[in-house]
Amino acid sequence: MALDTSDRADVTETLDEFRARARAWIDANLERSDSAAYIGVLRPEASDEEELALVRRERDIQRAMFDAGFAGICFPREYGGQGLPRAYQQVFDEELAGYEYPSRLQVPTFVPCAAVLLEFGTEEQKRRHIPAILKGEELWMQMLSEPSGGSDVAAAVTTAVRDGEDWILNGSKIWTTGAWWSDWALCLARTDWDVPKNRGLTVFMIPLKQPSVEVHRIEMLSGSKEFCQEFLTDVRVPDSDRLGEVDDGWTVGTRWMFHERMYRNSPYTTIPAGVSRGASRMPELFAVAHDAGRLDDPLARDLLGEARMLELVKQSLEQRVSTGVATRTMSDQAASIARLMSGVVESRLVTIGYEFTDANGAAWDETDGAVAQRGVDHLMRQVWCIAGGTTEMARNAISERVLGMPRERSHDPNIPFRDVPRSRPAT
Amino acid sequence: MLLDPSPDQEFFRDTTARFLAERVPPDGIRRLRDDPDGFAADYWRAGAELGWTGLLVDEDHGGGSLSGLGLVDLTLVAHEFGRHAAPGPLCPTNIAAEMLGRYGKDHEETLAALLAGRATAAWCLDEPRAGSRTATAPVEIRIDGDEVVVTGTKRPVEAVITADLLLVTGRTGQDVTNVLVPRDAQGVNITPLRSIDVTRRYAAVHFDEVRVPLSSVVGGPGGGADDAARARRTAIVISCAESVGALQAVFDLTVAWAFDRYSFGRPLASYQELKHRFADMKTWIEASHAIADRAAGAVATSSSDADELVCAAKAYIGQYGSELVQDCIQIHGGIGVTYEHDLHLYARRAAANRSGFGTPAEHRARLADIVELREAS
Repeated sequence: MALDTSDRADVTETLDEFRARARAWIDANLERSDSAAYIGVLRPEASDEEELALVRRERDIQRAMFDAGFAGICFPREYGGQGLPRAYQQVFDEELAGYEYPSRLQVPTFVPCAAVLLEFGTEEQKRRHIPAILKGEELWMQMLSEPSGGSDVAAAVTTAVRDGEDWILNGSKIWTTGAWWSDWALCLARTDWDVPKNRGLTVFMIPLKQPSVEVHRIEMLSGSKEFCQEFLTDVRVPDSDRLGEVDDGWTVGTRWMFHERMYRNSPYTTIPAGVSRGASRMPELFAVAHDAGRLDDPLARDLLGEARMLELVKQSLEQRVSTGVATRTMSDQAASIARLMSGVVESRLVTIGYEFTDANGAAWDETDGAVAQRGVDHLMRQVWCIAGGTTEMARNAISERVLGMPRERSHDPNIPFRDVPRSRPAT
Repeated sequence: MLLDPSPDQEFFRDTTARFLAERVPPDGIRRLRDDPDGFAADYWRAGAELGWTGLLVDEDHGGGSLSGLGLVDLTLVAHEFGRHAAPGPLCPTNIAAEMLGRYGKDHEETLAALLAGRATAAWCLDEPRAGSRTATAPVEIRIDGDEVVVTGTKRPVEAVITADLLLVTGRTGQDVTNVLVPRDAQGVNITPLRSIDVTRRYAAVHFDEVRVPLSSVVGGPGGGADDAARARRTAIVISCAESVGALQAVFDLTVAWAFDRYSFGRPLASYQELKHRFADMKTWIEASHAIADRAAGAVATSSSDADELVCAAKAYIGQYGSELVQDCIQIHGGIGVTYEHDLHLYARRAAANRSGFGTPAEHRARLADIVELREAS
C-alpha cells in the first residue's frame, strides 16, 4: 500500500502560501529548540517531574498545531487531519527546523500506532482515536515485544481469552517507550494456541491508566528509564477495542512493523528537517572533536569526514527508499535496506564520537563539555542496531524478501503454537 | 541510477545499453586489451550520434538535454558505461564540451567537432605529487603577448593517446588558466602508462614550451579556477555514476552466481552467512545509487550543497565500492580473479575511478573542512 494518502483534490492553498503561513505560525508560537536535547545515546532524562512537564508541553504544542491546522497534514480530513499531499508535510518539516516540536508524540504515537489505526481501524475506532491523537490528548505506545522473545515477534505468549463481549488479557510486554506517561497501547496477543504461531494472533487497543496494567520502568546501563515493561493481569478489553479480525493480528503486525521501519520518511510524522533526533549529528560530533582539542589532528579529521559522508549517504538512501516504496518502484520490504543502513551508520557515528575523546572518554567530569559521557554512549551503541527490529532481521529480510534468496528453514511450520519449543520462562 | 527516469530518459538509457551490449560485449572488451587506442573511432562517432557528447552543452551551441538537467541525463550514459565496462573518452570529452560550451562563440568549430564525435578531448589536470619519485615542476601557463606558453608535466591523463585536443588546466602565477592545446602541437610529448583498466588508456604528457595562440584560452587568462572546479565536480559525478554501474554489474553477476552455484548440496544463496553479506552489499549498492544521483542533481542545479554531496559520493562509492568488489570476488572464489571471468572488467573500472579526481581519504578531508566551516561559524 502506498504511503501517499492525500484525499484532497481541491487543495486551495499553494505550497508557497502554506509555507508562509507555517513560517509565521511557527515563529509566533514555538521556542527555538535546545540543540543539546538529543545528544548521545539514551542518556538519562531529567527528573520525572521535568520529564512530565516536557510531555505536557508537547501535548500543548500538538493541540496548538491542531487548532492552527498543522496537525495531521497527511491524515484524512474526516478524522481531523488536513488531507494534504506529502509535499505539505515536507514543507512544514523544513520550516520547523531549529524549533521545538512534539518529539515524543511522533514515535510511537503517530507512527506506527496512528498509521496502523488508519489502516485497520473501524470507522468508529478511527473517529474516536485519530482526532484525539491529533489534538495531543492521546499518547500511544506499542506492546509488541515480550520478555520471552525478541525478534520473533509472532511468538507472543501474552494471551487474550474471550469472555462474553470482552476479552481478558494476561501476560507481559517489554521495550515500550514512555509507557509511564502514555495513555493507550496497541497490543499484540495470542488468541489461539492450537494453530501455527502467525495464525493465532489478534491486536487490541488498551488504555494504560488502569490498575490491571502495571508499568515497571527498566533502568538502562546509561541510567535512562525511558523503556518500560508492563505486566497485564486480567485486563478486560471490550471486543469493540479489537483492531482487525480475530486471529488475523499478524496481518496488522506486518504493517505495524513496516510503518515503524519507515518512520523517518513517513507522511504521518512531523520531524524538523536538519536538526533533532534522526537528523544531523554533525553539531554534536564537531563539538566533541573541538572540546577534545582534536580539530588539528588529521586522524580525527578523517573520522569527522567519514561521519559526514556516512550521514549524507544514509539520508540519501532513506530518501531513495522512501520514494521507491511510495511510487511502487520498490517493495515494502525495501524499508529493511534503510533500517540496516541507519543501524550501521548511527552506531559507527557513536564510535567516532568516542574515538575523539582519547582517555577522557572513560573518565570525565562536566568541565569536559561535549566530551563528557561519550564512553557511556559508546556502551549504548548497539541500541541503534537493536531497537525497532535488529539489523540481523533486516539482513534476513533484504536477502530473502528483496533479493529472493532461499528462506531460513522454519522449525515451527504447521505446528500448533502450543507445541513449539520456547525459551525457559525467567525465574 | 535514477530511481524513476522519465520515459524519454529511459528510452535514451536503453538505446545506449543496447548499443553497448552489441558493440562492446565482454569478449569484445577482452580483445581490446592489446589495442593501443582501446576503442574504435567509428564506435565513438556512433555513440556521439546517440547523444553521448552534447548533453552538457546548450542548444544554442549545438547540444541539448532531455530533462533540462543535462548532467543528470548524462549519468544514465555513464551508468551504462560502467555496467558494460565500455571504452571511450566519455568523461574528458564531456568535460571539455561543457567548458567550451560556456564560451561557445570562442571555440565554435572545436566544439562542433567534439559534439559530432569527429574529435575527442583529454583533460590534463592531475600532476605528480611533490616529493614523489615522478615529481616534476607544476604546469605553468604563461601569457606571452598574443601567445600562451605551456610548460610542465601532467600525469596520469586519460584518453590522451586518442585525443585530438588537450584541455590543460594549469597555473598562471597565483591563478588558474584553462587552455586548449592540439595534441600534435610542437613540444607535446606523450609517454603511455600501463593501465589498470582493459580499455582505458593513460599517459604522462610533457609540455615543453608549447606555444598556442591566446585565443586558445578558455574563459580568460588566469580566470579559470571556477571553471576548473566546476569541471572537477562534473567529472566526479560522471565517474561516480559510471562506478555505480560497474558495481551493479559486479553485484548482479555475484547474486546470479550465488543462486547457480551449489556446494554441500545447496546453493550458496541459502547460507545465512552469505545472505547477510549480500544484504550488506545490497545496502551499499543502493546507498551508492542514492548518493550518486543526489550529487548529480545538486551539481546540475548548482545547489549550495553540491560540493559536500560530491565529496560524500566520491568517498563513499570509492570506499564501499571497493569492499563490494572484493567481497564479490571472495564469494566467486578463484575464478573471480581470472582473466577469463567477466568480473574483473567491471572491478577494474571501479578501481580506476576510485583513484581519479580525489581518493576517498582526500574527499573525507574535504568533508571535514566543510563541516568545520559550517560548525565553527
